Amino acid sequence: MRMLKWAGVAALALTVGGTAQAEKIKIGVVLPFSGANADLGHQVDKAFDLYIKLHAKDIAPHTIEIVKRDEGPPTGANAKTVATELITNDKVQILTGFVFSPSAIALAPVVTQAKVPMVIANAGTAWITNLSPYIARLSFSMWHHGYPMGAYAFDKIGCKTAALAYTDFPPGKDSTEAFKTGFEKAGGKVTESIPLGSPVQVPDFTPFFQRIKDSKPDCMYVFIPSGAHATGVTKAYGELGMRKAGIKLIGPMDLIPDNKLQDMGDAAIGTIVMGNYAVDLDNAENKAFNAAWHKEYGANSYPDFMSAAGWDTMHAIFDTIKKLNGNVTDGAKFIDAMKGWKTKSPRGDVMIDPDTRDIVQDEHAMEVIRKPDGKLGVKVLGTTKAVKDECKVLKLGRCGT
Amino acid sequence: MPQFAIIAVSILFDGLAYAMFLFITSVGLSVTMGLMGFVNLAHGAFAMAGGYIVVSLTRDLGIGFVPSLLIAAVLVGLISVVFERGLYRRLYKATDLEQVLLTIGLAFMAIATATYFYGPIPKSVPLPLWLQGDINLGFRSFPSYRAFLIVLGIALISVLWYAFERTNIGAKIRAAVDNRRMAESVGINVDLLFTLTFALGSALAALGGGLAIQLFGLSPSFAVLYLVLFLIVVAVGGLGSLKGTLLAALVIGVIDTGGKYLYAEAGGFFIYAITIVVLLIKPAGFYGRE
Repeated sequence: MRMLKWAGVAALALTVGGTAQAEKIKIGVVLPFSGANADLGHQVDKAFDLYIKLHAKDIAPHTIEIVKRDEGPPTGANAKTVATELITNDKVQILTGFVFSPSAIALAPVVTQAKVPMVIANAGTAWITNLSPYIARLSFSMWHHGYPMGAYAFDKIGCKTAALAYTDFPPGKDSTEAFKTGFEKAGGKVTESIPLGSPVQVPDFTPFFQRIKDSKPDCMYVFIPSGAHATGVTKAYGELGMRKAGIKLIGPMDLIPDNKLQDMGDAAIGTIVMGNYAVDLDNAENKAFNAAWHKEYGANSYPDFMSAAGWDTMHAIFDTIKKLNGNVTDGAKFIDAMKGWKTKSPRGDVMIDPDTRDIVQDEHAMEVIRKPDGKLGVKVLGTTKAVKDECKVLKLGRCGT
Repeated sequence: MPQFAIIAVSILFDGLAYAMFLFITSVGLSVTMGLMGFVNLAHGAFAMAGGYIVVSLTRDLGIGFVPSLLIAAVLVGLISVVFERGLYRRLYKATDLEQVLLTIGLAFMAIATATYFYGPIPKSVPLPLWLQGDINLGFRSFPSYRAFLIVLGIALISVLWYAFERTNIGAKIRAAVDNRRMAESVGINVDLLFTLTFALGSALAALGGGLAIQLFGLSPSFAVLYLVLFLIVVAVGGLGSLKGTLLAALVIGVIDTGGKYLYAEAGGFFIYAITIVVLLIKPAGFYGRE
């Protein structure tokens, strides 16, 4: 297990005779730093580090100490162990990170018992926020992308029929369920729904996609975690000539993570996704975010939607520390103070819904294009403002409890 | 052509291409395990090294894809000799556990090294035009890359079969796999044979790694993620058997592809089902010695 300590950010002396007492706040970061999904962890971690570096002074005189732990594989077991250690041994006051839904799901009862706020920077299974009053989520629910994509695919992309394919773990089922609900409500017909194996299996998608190609739906909606599998999807789709056969590739933005897009090649062009972020989003905050990112990590390193959520996560934590003037020992109070938090983020306007502690954000329909500079990028086709997690709005299944 | 025949041809084609990849990458592992009883869990790391060499050669030096595959295979073959002479040979008489610890350690080091130099993001390679399109047979079109994989696989199998069954050195290898002590006592230099087969096996693995980039993409996790596949092929085929590895690769490739196509809901399960069934009936694999 890797152990990373990032201590003493902006170490400041106590202000002599000052009124505010300088608190040192311990934050536990749990992200996948090893194994097949290490790059996902790094996308979030780089955003965390960058935000802390640029904004440590904002919370003065208070300082933070970050303790990083490896989330491990997408099964939840390792995350639960290390996060429990963070709470009991390291006595962290706030937990954040969590790329995989199983990690967040496994940990929910622990944070409820320990009364430690858990600020989720990625894990997107819709009902996670219902599992504990100590959970707030800055990233998205799978329904944020999947549900509006259903109606959009039927009305705007021209999908009358669609085949669904998903990685067989909670967010995969969630994403396809979200799409299916929106799509069928709009009048579309789902031809079949195929599980693509677990997230730790070799990404051999050809036989599945060949089957879909032979059944000739208008569109193929695919959810995979945004790691190596995303590249595998574009490869198989391109190799089988499915676009030429008239089957459009659509999905949540996990299909085309910004940091992997350049390596996907022409096969990715024309893919239409629904999502909350792309490096090509045209707003001032995003331009500043990208500029800071490239300055810190080089011209060939790109942030992606996970980084944007990581950035906002740290932003929300910092703002809440400021609001409470460093007094974060009461977990319930911390979460309460976070409710209704809003800002203009690189993603657009975001807010934490006071009722559900989940994010409210803009959703963009985006198409992959070849940009004038020869690089791949996305064009925003349309934006829906202030989208809530529809699963909790409709109170479907576990979202209703 | 009736629909079921088209589907059958399609499954056979995809399955065969998959089988060729499995055979090329696994055969070295099978022979070295059969010959020395050495458990080489770093086999996937050699395959991955081949893949990354191909990435560097094609993308940074502008060398063609096919020549890059050959260069990568030769380079990795040579590098593997260094590992074999320097590290592996010390543990030939050691227990399985010590061998496993050494080689899995090497695999993890390989992952870290690849991440350091190439980053964790999956890589792709530029392919020549003739490998990019598809071949249209009227009733169905097939990706030319997979056709290339099948042709290459068949060519390699023929060469290996000839070398194994018809040459002097092949006979020595077979003799050493069958009974190492006896082979040594009639004057066969098993040590040298092993170094040779080890290098050849690693070179083939590197070739397979290079070929895999276009199929699945290449990331540092390759070294361990795909190892499971190779071990399944070796276990099902039987240690040290060329025939067995080929048969196992074909059975697994075609049934896995067919299962995923026809019963997509249970897709991921087929490869394990075959393994369990085969090993229940023949615990040493198709051609392994019981």
